[in-house]
Amino acid sequence: MTAVLEVRDLRTEFNTRAGVIRAVDGVSFTLNRGEILGLVGESGSGKSVTGFSLLGLVDQPGRISGGSIRLNGTELVGLPESELRDRRGREIAMIFQDPIATLNPLLTIRKQMMMAVAAHSRMTAKAAEARCIEVLQRVGIPDPVARIKGYPHEFSGGMRQRVAIAIALLHDPAVIVADEPTTALDVSIQAQILHEMRSLAAETGTAMIWISHDLATVSSLAKRLLVMYAGKVVEEGATATVLRDPRHPYTRGLITSLPAIASPGEDLLQIPGTTPSFLSLPPGCPFAPRCDFVESSCEKMPEITLENERMWRCHHPLGLSGAER
Amino acid sequence: MLGFVIQRLLQAAVVMAVMSAVVFVGVYAIGNPIEIIIPPEATQEIREATIKRFGLDLPLWEQYFIFVTNLLQGDFGRSFIYNVPVLELIAGRLPATLELVLISVVTATLLGVGLGVYAGYRPDSWIARGIMAISVLGFSVPSFWVGLILILIFAVNLGWLPAGGRGEVVSILGVNWSFLTPDGLSHIFLPALNLAFFKLAMMIRLARAGTREIMLTDTIKFARAAGIPERQILLQHLLKLISIPIITVFGLELGSTLAFAVVTETIFSWPGVGKLIIDSITVLDRPVMVAYLILTALLFVLINLTVDLVFAVIDPRIRARGA
Repeated sequence: MTAVLEVRDLRTEFNTRAGVIRAVDGVSFTLNRGEILGLVGESGSGKSVTGFSLLGLVDQPGRISGGSIRLNGTELVGLPESELRDRRGREIAMIFQDPIATLNPLLTIRKQMMMAVAAHSRMTAKAAEARCIEVLQRVGIPDPVARIKGYPHEFSGGMRQRVAIAIALLHDPAVIVADEPTTALDVSIQAQILHEMRSLAAETGTAMIWISHDLATVSSLAKRLLVMYAGKVVEEGATATVLRDPRHPYTRGLITSLPAIASPGEDLLQIPGTTPSFLSLPPGCPFAPRCDFVESSCEKMPEITLENERMWRCHHPLGLSGAER
Repeated sequence: MLGFVIQRLLQAAVVMAVMSAVVFVGVYAIGNPIEIIIPPEATQEIREATIKRFGLDLPLWEQYFIFVTNLLQGDFGRSFIYNVPVLELIAGRLPATLELVLISVVTATLLGVGLGVYAGYRPDSWIARGIMAISVLGFSVPSFWVGLILILIFAVNLGWLPAGGRGEVVSILGVNWSFLTPDGLSHIFLPALNLAFFKLAMMIRLARAGTREIMLTDTIKFARAAGIPERQILLQHLLKLISIPIITVFGLELGSTLAFAVVTETIFSWPGVGKLIIDSITVLDRPVMVAYLILTALLFVLINLTVDLVFAVIDPRIRARGA
């Protein structure tokens, strides 16, 4: 296994009038070639900002304040914008939640794809168009030779997302950051796209970071899971292991709130409370105010525990002998 | 598309018909021109003959009927004052207004969109703040005052530019144009600047607001994530996405400025149609007023139609709906 992306202690801050928001606070992970990594958490946990940080596309007034992102061995943090631009789309690409909003409604699919080709390679219009059609075919657009001349509004939501995926795939990037790419789609289309993304990753060796608040979707796709809460990774491990035997109470809360877990007719379990504001985080464990197992030791920030290829950040991890609850 | 154009043309015909009646009645209500046309010392016979000659003795509906019948034959009637066909009178003045307005509106739009996009793209920079200060000034300072100050500074104090008139003109296809001679250009500069100032301010605001909104959308983020250079994002994505409101306002401004550049034309003694209409109102030259207002309505109808067609060219979704 070769690591294509190594993130170490990544920190992204937003300096606002009300104070500094640490949206990404010491996130570390490694992504191997062709691997799909699930990044889960509630809204506002910092997962999307993590994704944007990887591409160097954090909106103002945000900035990466520390840490390291190594993509194919090159350090991205501190790289000038022109160098980052050169890598975006070629080595690392991103797709978004709402395919209606991502494509420009006033330009043909052809024009938008040709711009993306021209951003990184000089080839004849003919060769570029052939490349676009080839990729459209690969993501499952029927009759791409004719459809490429169409406008986004002539495509269904699922087809639009496929076009967006095709644009991301144009230069065979090493990594694709997928920020909730199936959330806005019908369930049946969702399943198709998930299936295709999985085979694309396997075929091309493109690694993926699949960001979602939907644990069910991610777990069907990702080999490994990263659970984020308030800008921090609170648990990481193989998907099957984490789902079966979660260590962090927050992860367990996410799992038990899945509809598939509850018996029919029964109320869904919820994690009490809401995601805390980044401006008023407790000094210790950020999950403490919502945790069923909170104790006085939780007033201190728990350290990372590494064990058997999994990691968690909790004073009172679940499922361990002696701490059984 | 053709159906859409035909439908709009029919709408336009209705608008024009209603407009002609409203204008005719409105102008009739302003006052009776007889007292102005006929000298007080004229005899009763001359008086009656004159009234009869202009058809002013007929009831209103009959006057309107005659007017519309003539209008449909392309005859707007003769001016009471100059005794020449109204159309000739207006056509003689139109090029002056046309060149002044086109130069100022087009310049204001190009410049305003450029500055506005910059101000929206880098909203916190000092240059952007300077641009916004200019736009606030353009909005809040009355046009006539700016005109007078321009004359005071550039014509009176510095003596660089002439204070009024069209200067030297060249005749092309029987029409006189100022902007083709250096002297004419120096004459057109101040009034064009005066007219452009407010429009520049408005275009800056529009372009800035559009840019700020569009730059935050996923369309732009997605383009950036694909590594597309900023220059291309601005030229290919942004300009197209902000163009709809800008074209709308451009059309409206072009129409209203062509019709009502009165203040600027008066201050700079620019012999355009704005001055003509003001002069006609003071002497109650009914045919000129009516023709002018109807032509203005026609102008707006045509501009709106063109704007709608341009929308359809830019936005494929509108094309799909109109098909």
